[in-house]
Amino acid sequence: MNGDEMVTVYIMGKKHRVPANLTIMKAMEYAGYQLRRGAGCRGGFCGACSTIYRMRGSFRLQVALACQKMVEDGMIITQLPFIPSEKKRYRLEKLKPDAGVFLEYFPEIARCLSCNTCTKACPQDLMVMDYVQAALRGDIKTAAELSFDCLSCGLCAVRCPAEIVPYHIGQLARRLYSRYIVGPSEQVQNRVMEIEKGRYDEEIQRLKSLDINMLREIYSRRE
Amino acid sequence: MRESISLVEETRRERVGRSFPFMSMEERRRILEEWHPDYKPGTKRPLMIGPSRGMIVPHEVADILEAHPLIDPDEIDVTDLEYDVDVLVIGAGGAGLSAALTAQESGIDREGILMVQKLRLGDSNSKMSQGGIQAAVGPDDSPALHFLDIMGGGLFANKPELVEILAKEGPDVIRWHESLGVIYDKNPDGTMKLISGGGTCRNRMHTCKDYTGLEIIRVLLDEFLNREIPYLEFTCAVELLTDDKGEVVGAVLWDMDSDEYRVVRAKSTILATGGFGRLHIQGFETTNHYGATGDGIVLAYHVGAVLRDLDATQYHPTGAAYPEQLVGQLCTEALRGRGAQPVNRLGELFVHPLETRDAESAAIIRECYGRDLGVTTPTGMRGVWLDTPLIDILHGPGTIEREFHAMYRMFGRFNIDIRKEPILVFPTLHYMNGGVEINPMAETSIPGLFAAGEVCGGVHGKNRLMGNSQLDLYVFGRRAGRYAAERARKVQAGRPTLNHVERYERWLEEAGIKTSRKAPLLLPEYRGKKTLEHIIKLL
Repeated sequence: MNGDEMVTVYIMGKKHRVPANLTIMKAMEYAGYQLRRGAGCRGGFCGACSTIYRMRGSFRLQVALACQKMVEDGMIITQLPFIPSEKKRYRLEKLKPDAGVFLEYFPEIARCLSCNTCTKACPQDLMVMDYVQAALRGDIKTAAELSFDCLSCGLCAVRCPAEIVPYHIGQLARRLYSRYIVGPSEQVQNRVMEIEKGRYDEEIQRLKSLDINMLREIYSRRE
Repeated sequence: MRESISLVEETRRERVGRSFPFMSMEERRRILEEWHPDYKPGTKRPLMIGPSRGMIVPHEVADILEAHPLIDPDEIDVTDLEYDVDVLVIGAGGAGLSAALTAQESGIDREGILMVQKLRLGDSNSKMSQGGIQAAVGPDDSPALHFLDIMGGGLFANKPELVEILAKEGPDVIRWHESLGVIYDKNPDGTMKLISGGGTCRNRMHTCKDYTGLEIIRVLLDEFLNREIPYLEFTCAVELLTDDKGEVVGAVLWDMDSDEYRVVRAKSTILATGGFGRLHIQGFETTNHYGATGDGIVLAYHVGAVLRDLDATQYHPTGAAYPEQLVGQLCTEALRGRGAQPVNRLGELFVHPLETRDAESAAIIRECYGRDLGVTTPTGMRGVWLDTPLIDILHGPGTIEREFHAMYRMFGRFNIDIRKEPILVFPTLHYMNGGVEINPMAETSIPGLFAAGEVCGGVHGKNRLMGNSQLDLYVFGRRAGRYAAERARKVQAGRPTLNHVERYERWLEEAGIKTSRKAPLLLPEYRGKKTLEHIIKLL
C-alpha cells in the first residue's frame, strides 16, 4: 500500500476522505478532530480509545482501539468517551481468596450466559469469558493469568448481555492472586530489613564522599 | 528489506552467544559527542529569563518557557474557591497515584485530597513502561552497586543525595507493590526473576511480563478508587497560585469538557505531570503518551522554581522504524536484556546490546548515517535490525510469547512475527532526563510546591537507566505524598494570587522576548493542514 491511497470513512456519520495507511485515531485527527477524550498512550497500552464501528452495508457492530486499528473504506466510526461501568469498592486486606468474594462483589457474574461476546469484543484477544468463568469457580490463578494483558478499555462490559463487568473481575482476581496465593517475596522483605538496619549506609556514604574522578574510576572498574 | 533479513538470518547462528565489547569511557564520550542528538549544533539555546536563565535547553523547551502564560489574570477570580484542600495532586500517573495514596496514609483525610488529571485517570507514560523496574534485591547485588550504576549512567551529574534514596528505597517499593497485589515475575523457587538492563552491573530489573507499567498502574488505580479519594478527570492545571510570600497555594484548573476554570486552594501542591515527549524535540518520533507536553516545567517555572539538566534528552535506542504505523513506538530494552542483538544491514554486530541508552542510541545513529550500514524503509526511514529470534534460540521456544506479550501482539497486528523475523529499529524520543529540581523531601525550590516523577530533575543526571524511572515514580511519589501531608498539617494556606503571572510577563518584556506563543501546551497539535488553515472560533 503506498501513501497516496485514500479511503472514505464516516466519523459520527460525517463523510471524510482520509489516507488509507492511517489508524482510526490518526484518521480522525487528519479529518480535523483535536482529541480530548478518546486518546491516551497511542500505542495499545492504555485502553483510552475504545471505538465502535460498522462497515457500510453490514449490520454488525464491531469494536476496536482507535490507535491500533487501520481505517478501511466504508467504515462508520464513533468513539466511546467514557465507560459508565460500576467499580465496586473493597479492602483487599480484608478479603478471602475464594469464589465467594466474586459472588459477593459481582453477583451478576452468576448470570453469565457463556455467549462469548466479551471474548469476541476484546481488542487484546484475551479469553475473557474463560477468565470470568474461572473467577466464578474460584480458580483465581487462572482468572489472573488469562486476564493479565487487560487494558481496562471496557469494551467487554459494553457488549456483555448479562451486564457483567469482566475487566473489574479480572483486576480483583489479579490482586488476590498476588497478595494471597503468590504472597510476598521473602527475598525482598529481607533486603528491606537489611537496608533499614543500615547495612549499606557506610558503603554509600563512602561513595558519596569521593571526588568525581575517584567515583568515575570505581565505576569503570566495577564488575 | 527482505534481502537484508536473509543476511541477518545467515549470520544468526554464528552470532549466538557472541557479544560485542563494551565501549571504554573514552569511546563512549567520543561517540556521544559525534552522534548523539544532544550534541548536534544548532538545536539548543540558552534560556533568557527566570531563575535558570542561561541554562542551555532544546529550542522546543525554550519555546514553551519563553511564552506567555495561557491565562489572563484579569479574567480569573482567584478568590472564588471551588475547592479548598490540604493536598492537591496534579497528574494521575505513577507518581501522582503514589503521592495521593501516601498522603492519605500519612493522616490526611480523603476529603482533604484532590487529584486532577488532564486525560483519563492512570493514563500516563508510567502505564506504557514495558521493560521493568529496578531494585537491588539480588544476593550478589546491593543498593551501593545500584547507586554506582545510576551515577555513572547519569554521567555523574545526578544529585547524589537523591540517588542514594532511589537506590535504598527500591526494595521497599517492590514490597509495597506486592502488598497491594502487583504480580511480579518470579522464578519457580519463589525468588524474584531479575533481568539485566543497559548500563547496570547486576541483574536488577523486576518485570510483570512486558506490561510492567500497566500492571503497577492499574493496581494503584484500583486501590485509589477503592479509597474514594476525590478526583477530576479531563481537568488540567493551567497555572499555579501563589500567596503574597510567593509560596504555592494551589492551582487554576481548566475543565476540558466545559471550558470553564476552577480554582483550588491547597496547603501543599504536588506536580506529577510527567515529561515532554510530545514536544517532538528535533522532530523525533516519540514513545510518549498523548498528554506528555511538558506542562509541569512550565507551571513550575512561572512561579520561579529552579530547573536543571534539561539540556539532556533521552532517546530510546530501539523505537520501531517499520511498519509506518508503529514508527516511534517503544521496543522494550528487555528484548536486548534477553539476548536480542542490534545488527546492521549486513547482519553484523556493531555495538554491545546493553550499553547505556545514550551510547546505544548514538551507535545506531552512526551505523545508519555515519557508516551507511542501515536499512532504508519504503517511506525513507532508516534503521538497524533488532534480532529478536535470538531470544527463543537462547532461552528456548515459547520465551517470546511468554515474556513479551505486548511486543509479540504489537508487531503481530501488522503480520510481523518477532519470533521468526528481526524488527527494524531507530532511536525515538523517550524521556526528559532533567526537570524541576527537587530535594530528598520532593520539595522544589518554591515552598508549597512538591514534584515527583519525570517532571523532576536531579535524580537521573544527564541520562536515565532503564527501570529507574519506574522506581523514581514510586520512591519520590511516596515521598511527595508524605512530606506534602506533613506540610499541610503545619501551615495555613495564604490568600491566592496570580502575581507571579504578572511577574513572568515582566520577565518576558525585560528580556525583549516578543512572541505570540502561549504555554503550557496541554495537547499536541496533530490536526490536518486543511483544518488548521480554516479554523474559526465562532462560539
